[in-house]
Amino acid sequence: MSTLHGIGPGLSYRPGESSYDEMVDAEGHLRPGWDTFLRALEKLGSDQLSRRWEQVRQLIRENGVTFNVYGADDGMDRPWHLDPFPMLVGGAEWARIESGLRQRARLLELLMEDVYGNQHCLKEGLLPPDLVHGHPGYLRPCHGLPIPPECRLLLHAVDLARTSEGELMVLRDRAEAPAGCGYALENRLAVSRMMPELMRSTQVEKLASFFGAMRDTLGELAQRAFTSPRVVFLTPGPANQTFFEHAYLAQYLGYTLVQGDDLTVRDNRVYLKLLEGLQPVGVILRRLRDDFCDPLELRSDSVIGVPGLVQAVRAGNVVVANGLGSSWLETPALSAFLPRLCREFLDQDLAIPSVPTWWCGEPESLAYVLENLDHLVIKRTFPGIGHSAAFLGEAKAKTRQAWREEILKNPTAYVAQEQLKLSTAPTLQGELLEPRRIIMRTFLTRRGDDFVVMPGALTLVSREEGSLVATLQRGAGSKDTWIVEPSGEAAPNPLSHPERPIIELSRGGGDIPSRSADNLFWLGRYLERAEGLSRLLRNCITRLDEQGRPGTPLETPVLLSLAGGGAHDPRTHRGVVDRATCRARILALISDPRADGGLRAITEHLQRNSGSVRDRISGECWRVITHLFEMSRRVPGTLRESQGHLEELLMGFAAFSGLIGENMTRSHGWRFLEMGRRLERAVGMAGLLRRTLSTELPFEDAILEAILEIADATRTYRRRYPAGLQVAPVLDLLLADESNPRSVAYQLVLMQFHFQHLPGRSQLSLPNPEERLLLSAVSRVKLADISELVLVGETRRRPHLVGLLRHLGRELPGISDHLARKYLTHLTLKSQSAGFGREALP
Amino acid sequence: MSSARYSVRHQTRYSYSDAVANSYNRIHCQPRACPWQSFSQARLSVDPEPEFLARQTDFFGNPVSFFTVQEPHRELTVTVMFEAEVKARAYSEGGESWEAVVERLSGARDPESLEASGFRFASGWVELSPELAQFAAASFSPGRPVLEAAGDLRARIHREFTFDPEATTIATPVREVLRTRRGVCQDFAHLFIGALRSLGLACRYVSGYILTVPPPGQERLQGADASHAWISVWAPPLGWVDLDPTNNMIVSDQHVTLAWGRDFHDVSPMRGVVVGGGTQVVRVGVDVVPLSTRGTSE
Repeated sequence: MSTLHGIGPGLSYRPGESSYDEMVDAEGHLRPGWDTFLRALEKLGSDQLSRRWEQVRQLIRENGVTFNVYGADDGMDRPWHLDPFPMLVGGAEWARIESGLRQRARLLELLMEDVYGNQHCLKEGLLPPDLVHGHPGYLRPCHGLPIPPECRLLLHAVDLARTSEGELMVLRDRAEAPAGCGYALENRLAVSRMMPELMRSTQVEKLASFFGAMRDTLGELAQRAFTSPRVVFLTPGPANQTFFEHAYLAQYLGYTLVQGDDLTVRDNRVYLKLLEGLQPVGVILRRLRDDFCDPLELRSDSVIGVPGLVQAVRAGNVVVANGLGSSWLETPALSAFLPRLCREFLDQDLAIPSVPTWWCGEPESLAYVLENLDHLVIKRTFPGIGHSAAFLGEAKAKTRQAWREEILKNPTAYVAQEQLKLSTAPTLQGELLEPRRIIMRTFLTRRGDDFVVMPGALTLVSREEGSLVATLQRGAGSKDTWIVEPSGEAAPNPLSHPERPIIELSRGGGDIPSRSADNLFWLGRYLERAEGLSRLLRNCITRLDEQGRPGTPLETPVLLSLAGGGAHDPRTHRGVVDRATCRARILALISDPRADGGLRAITEHLQRNSGSVRDRISGECWRVITHLFEMSRRVPGTLRESQGHLEELLMGFAAFSGLIGENMTRSHGWRFLEMGRRLERAVGMAGLLRRTLSTELPFEDAILEAILEIADATRTYRRRYPAGLQVAPVLDLLLADESNPRSVAYQLVLMQFHFQHLPGRSQLSLPNPEERLLLSAVSRVKLADISELVLVGETRRRPHLVGLLRHLGRELPGISDHLARKYLTHLTLKSQSAGFGREALP
Repeated sequence: MSSARYSVRHQTRYSYSDAVANSYNRIHCQPRACPWQSFSQARLSVDPEPEFLARQTDFFGNPVSFFTVQEPHRELTVTVMFEAEVKARAYSEGGESWEAVVERLSGARDPESLEASGFRFASGWVELSPELAQFAAASFSPGRPVLEAAGDLRARIHREFTFDPEATTIATPVREVLRTRRGVCQDFAHLFIGALRSLGLACRYVSGYILTVPPPGQERLQGADASHAWISVWAPPLGWVDLDPTNNMIVSDQHVTLAWGRDFHDVSPMRGVVVGGGTQVVRVGVDVVPLSTRGTSE
């Protein structure tokens, strides 16, 4: 096939041999829709394009668009691969795809209703009982559940691929909790930022209406009769591979992102555990596998589910979407039976065929499969974690023989499918356009009593040329998908919504699950801890590095001992004083992930905590955090480099604090983050003072100088006390001065303010344990007599100061514990079982 | 045919080291009405009083109750009491060959064989394997009537396996039981089921009680009985026939039936999830007391 030149700015493209190419036909002509796009691309020019692409890539990284791959070393948070060159589908072809997809979703929904209802499909012999009764994903407790039809398959995904002749076929259905529509949306936002003119001139259909339809349907479901209009988005948690998408979609749709233990069933109704108390939930949009949803009636070993949920669904007190039990639809064996089921259920022929499929449980199919292994893909009938498809086309004869034996051992467990060649599409590889195989993941949702199709798709791109595998698990890339040149008299778009209800004004939205508050509290604490340590280390480096000072400054080991001991013995003042040890210790604290209490360890906590509250953090804040994490992974080799590194980190912390201060609504979430920071800062400052001033050291001036620098208070001190350094004024400034934002007193007074505004508190409430502890700490600091604190007793110790700081050292952590117990506690689920014959029997 | 009457009391008491905030439970402790079994005076009491209690019928047609205790508690007691009347069941010999039954199940279309085919697949606690099929094969010679063959297998399990409550736990897989040849009634039932299903037959797990007879000269001890498990094999045209591998007997009027399902997991007498609670200790007491036996001749 000839090379196509002059497409786009300076690009050329040579489609792959012997396969269907999405852009160029066999004669080397462009397919419908691509012409306009390429002309507009040409106009943009290559410089402009690559500049914008660089920006978009940066944005994707900073937005933290990730896909977690289980079991990979770099598995957590693998960055998302987006190819900027979109996949285009012409309007006429799309119209056919759309109607075929809607038919398929209708069919699957009816089938799910039937299999969990009167089982017509079994009675008529339309499906073998093996695929129902023998299917581990067929959940008997879900039989007869009253599931509103709209939510049975509220979101359905269908993977489409082409044969070498270009015929579209369905590769698989994703009916349980399909992933990808959030990534598709993110891809669209990124690409439209890159080429807005192109999107306009090619008249690309917008995606927003699809999500609008989903939101409307959920809203109506919630309104209709259930206890509460609240919709929540249930995620398995941050370790899930598509957690990014969960947080992203929850935020986009405006639903609270919850994990199983954020919900509780009381009186057979589902409630969300908010800081303010329990709030009823009407609809749960789930990304949790259905068998994990309720440890009472489904998998008893699930600790991420909601016990009692199935009962609440059975009573009609809550709606779960997709309907519980929908994973049953994902068996690839079903494809073999769909043509007949379609005629029976819909009285129609299946519009888009499935890839040819044989279920080995049928003797004729088994015989065919064993004869034809060399062009088949073998899959498990009942998909499970860790099962991947075997592509026997490329396999060695020995492998094929092994599969033959495996299949014969248990034929019903295997399904064979024709191995499709897949079509190719132009993909940007460095500076070049190259063909890569693609699969299109399409999405459907419900609007009223019909399905609507997302006008676009998540196109998955194989990594290497010629590879036939394109799944996210195997590290596939993705493309935005444009539906262009809509067919002439467009059918009335089922997505357009003529009237929108007027939105009532609200200043709430401050709903915060107590788990999120917990995470925000610790986010605040770790953020402050990281900042405090950075300041300390920066100071140590400055002092080590200072010109004209021979040997190692004596105060450095004392300061370093604050960050995890080992460098200084506070009783003897003897410690590791040589420069090399201090240097090694500092470098380890900065970049060694195994260093206890080191910066890397803290930022990893920080990352985990912020990851689980992604939906609570604004995009801008998130970019700052991502940047911080990236920076914290650098490994500076020298002290001088470390200095710059810490300087940068501190700017990052400042940016983050600034964004929180200026952009975050004063919700309870913000309050817990703030309390975490205040508490940690008070603990940190009290610790610094205890380590450095408990005992009068011979080099006290250097110590005072250092702690003023660490507390960023040198200037204030000099202005107030031009005469020089003394312990009393330093103590006053850092401990008791309520106007100094780094003093202990300042933090405690702010905490008092926050306490008054916690849920369930009022001016009239009697003080509770945490308030009493705080009150005691505040009075202790406020009433402290500085002149008494600085008195030096025997063995050069300052007994009053030590006493005060020891009290604070007990009270401050106590406050944290009480807060946690009251607002943040999460008890674990345990199963109990008894009453089977394990007692002695004759 | 004769019949027997029993009074049954089944008490389960959980004690927890920490307070339980919420307790969600599903119980399969009420007797199932069957053609051969009727019951009366059924009572369920839960202490502390549950805030939510619902009586339902499960997928397999068994009575099931769900309850939730929402007040903090350190102890939970569930007591079930009822009287049951059980008619003796007698089965004619013969019936179809086991291969014919397998054939009938694989092409199942009529309601009865469709229902039965729900019990011929692997389930959560019963895996199928060539080893199990091989174990069964010695009893299932070609053309042998299914009931006769199953009876032979039942006798073999009784002969070759040792009752040993120490040998297994609730989580011991069937293949382990096949290897060690030790276990309790639940293990033998699962093994039996696995062996029959591995041949392609349909087999249910039945949960209930059996009347225990104290050694001669000793009195019945209170709470000394236990819940029991056996199996039911589908043997058309006779229908379902219950066999007790632990006691090597065809189930007749000495067994009280609570529920049946694919395996223990479907019908465990008590299953629950607690929030909090720390460590837990459970005590179970079962009394099956014969009331009066009425014999009638046919």
